[in-house]
Amino acid sequence: MIERASWLDAACHAILVVAALLTCLPLYYALVAGSLTTAEVQQVPLPFLPGGAFVENARAVWTRIGLGRLLLNSVIVALGIAVGKLAISLLSAFAITYFRFRFRGTVFWLIFLSLMLPVEVRIVPTFEAMTDVLMPLRLLVQLSGVDSLVQAMTGWRLEVSANWSLLNSYSGLIFPLMASATATFLFRQFFLTIPDELCDAARIDGASPMRFFWTILLPMSRPNLAALGIIFFLFGWNQYLWPLLFTTEPTMTTVVVGIKQLVPHGDSIPAWNLTMNAALLAMLPPIVVVLLLQRWFVKGLIESGK
Amino acid sequence: MSETAIPALPPRRLSWPAFLRRKARPESLHGIKSSGFAGQVLPLVLLAPQLVILLMFFFIPAIRGLAQAFLLQDPFGQEVHFVGLENITALLRSAEYWESLRLSVNFTLATTALTFGVGLLLAFATDRVARGRTAYRAVLLLPYAIAPAIAGFVWAFLFNPIVGPAAALLHALGIAWDPNRSGDDALLLVILTASWKHLCYDYIFLVAALGSVPRSVIEAAAVDGARPLRRFFWIVLPMIAPTVFFLLVMNTVYGLFETFAIIDATTRGGPAAATNILVYKVYVDGFVNLDLGSSAAQSVLLMIFAISLTVIQFRLIERRISYDVSQ
Repeated sequence: MIERASWLDAACHAILVVAALLTCLPLYYALVAGSLTTAEVQQVPLPFLPGGAFVENARAVWTRIGLGRLLLNSVIVALGIAVGKLAISLLSAFAITYFRFRFRGTVFWLIFLSLMLPVEVRIVPTFEAMTDVLMPLRLLVQLSGVDSLVQAMTGWRLEVSANWSLLNSYSGLIFPLMASATATFLFRQFFLTIPDELCDAARIDGASPMRFFWTILLPMSRPNLAALGIIFFLFGWNQYLWPLLFTTEPTMTTVVVGIKQLVPHGDSIPAWNLTMNAALLAMLPPIVVVLLLQRWFVKGLIESGK
Repeated sequence: MSETAIPALPPRRLSWPAFLRRKARPESLHGIKSSGFAGQVLPLVLLAPQLVILLMFFFIPAIRGLAQAFLLQDPFGQEVHFVGLENITALLRSAEYWESLRLSVNFTLATTALTFGVGLLLAFATDRVARGRTAYRAVLLLPYAIAPAIAGFVWAFLFNPIVGPAAALLHALGIAWDPNRSGDDALLLVILTASWKHLCYDYIFLVAALGSVPRSVIEAAAVDGARPLRRFFWIVLPMIAPTVFFLLVMNTVYGLFETFAIIDATTRGGPAAATNILVYKVYVDGFVNLDLGSSAAQSVLLMIFAISLTVIQFRLIERRISYDVSQ
């Protein structure tokens, strides 16, 4: 505090309180609506206080869209994306910052080309590629002339007819969302700030590259791992477009997408109480993560913007 | 040329603003530790998982998308013709596409102005207050945890013209609110939802930036008699300019590319395409109308937008440190 300016401080508090209320109001109304019966939620105006049907609604939602399974799917997908992304990024960032090898420049650009091309921008081609993962292989066999060579030599017709689709699978939900270099870039930035003396000392003591990685680099990266892990967990949990497109079986989708079935439209009974109830249940895990791990989360957010 | 030679003055030309200009040595793009390990095979082994995933799930789809933009395919996938730039020129001729582009720009500008303006106000207030800072921050950060689609469902309920409490309030005030019929109402709803969801992002970056402004500079200004608001606009704001610019780029990226879920959950691009912004149009044309060529061409144009923003962002990252007071 540099000087006293009580009117300004009061104004600041007032602004923040209003903003906090506006932030919470939609969530509060979701809670109110989620705890009313279907008849009560039709009243205009909506009651100010929550009703008593929250558990009942939750039970209805649980059976109607199979919420348990959807929550499990969301946990698997979000954890898969977070852990997978951190693991591959840590290794590749280690490789491009600590090794001088041929093709380093090429690899570097290959990785960073993928920065900031969100899946939204390339949905159609990604969808096609994922439903037919082996297409490039078939094309390669055809173009390289391997099949005609085999046919000429043995008389057999070689045909790569394998059709491998990732539709409705966890890998189909996880891998395309892992394919971006953001985490690699962030770890690389972090490794560049680690003193060179540590690596020199490790080498003088005869440590192999992998030993240096396990005993020095990894422990030092722990705070960053935690911070970015939270960010990628939230990223995975909150995905919408990709799970929406890439799951045709209602049991394989994530909870955020599953709620869409409960949104009233057209002539259906406007059971907004169930929708809001499910929305609350789906936002609870990430909110708990953000509140409990606030310090790490803020760190991760700021780092990921650098 | 030896290092001691005096370089000739570079020719004057049009260039980026100072804080966006490339540094003399692009160290941060080719950075490698001066102390490292030898070996040709191990690094490639370490890189293999990342490269395989990128190849399978990024490069192959991207290349196929690029190829598709130049092909015309009938909806049943029977015949494919090479049509060159036809898809893209057809897109640029269609009034629908321009309308969608105009809508996206308006939407992005409105969202950016709202999130950034309010975020700055709240960050200033948070920096100013002595007590309760952690509590305010914890509450204001909540929307970050909420999925855009879920935020969309909640806001669609609040402003639902039949049962929504916010809509009831508007009706009581004599405003004929109906986002299912009025395109302007729908656009407003989408802008409000997107801003509510993204506000916390701008806010937390601005709080961090304001916290990093050295107290000594502000105290010096205060001693010279500058009042809080004057200090904010004349000293603090210029010092956090890199963060400001970074956020403007990120908000643009958000508005253009990351709002699909909000649109789909609230208005589904309607009514009468009043909220049919570019990312939503790509989805509708590709997956609902099955016009793959046009959708791929739209993807290519979106990629070009995204890549241009990335280039700006990269230049920004490189110049970031130059605003430190220590220099």
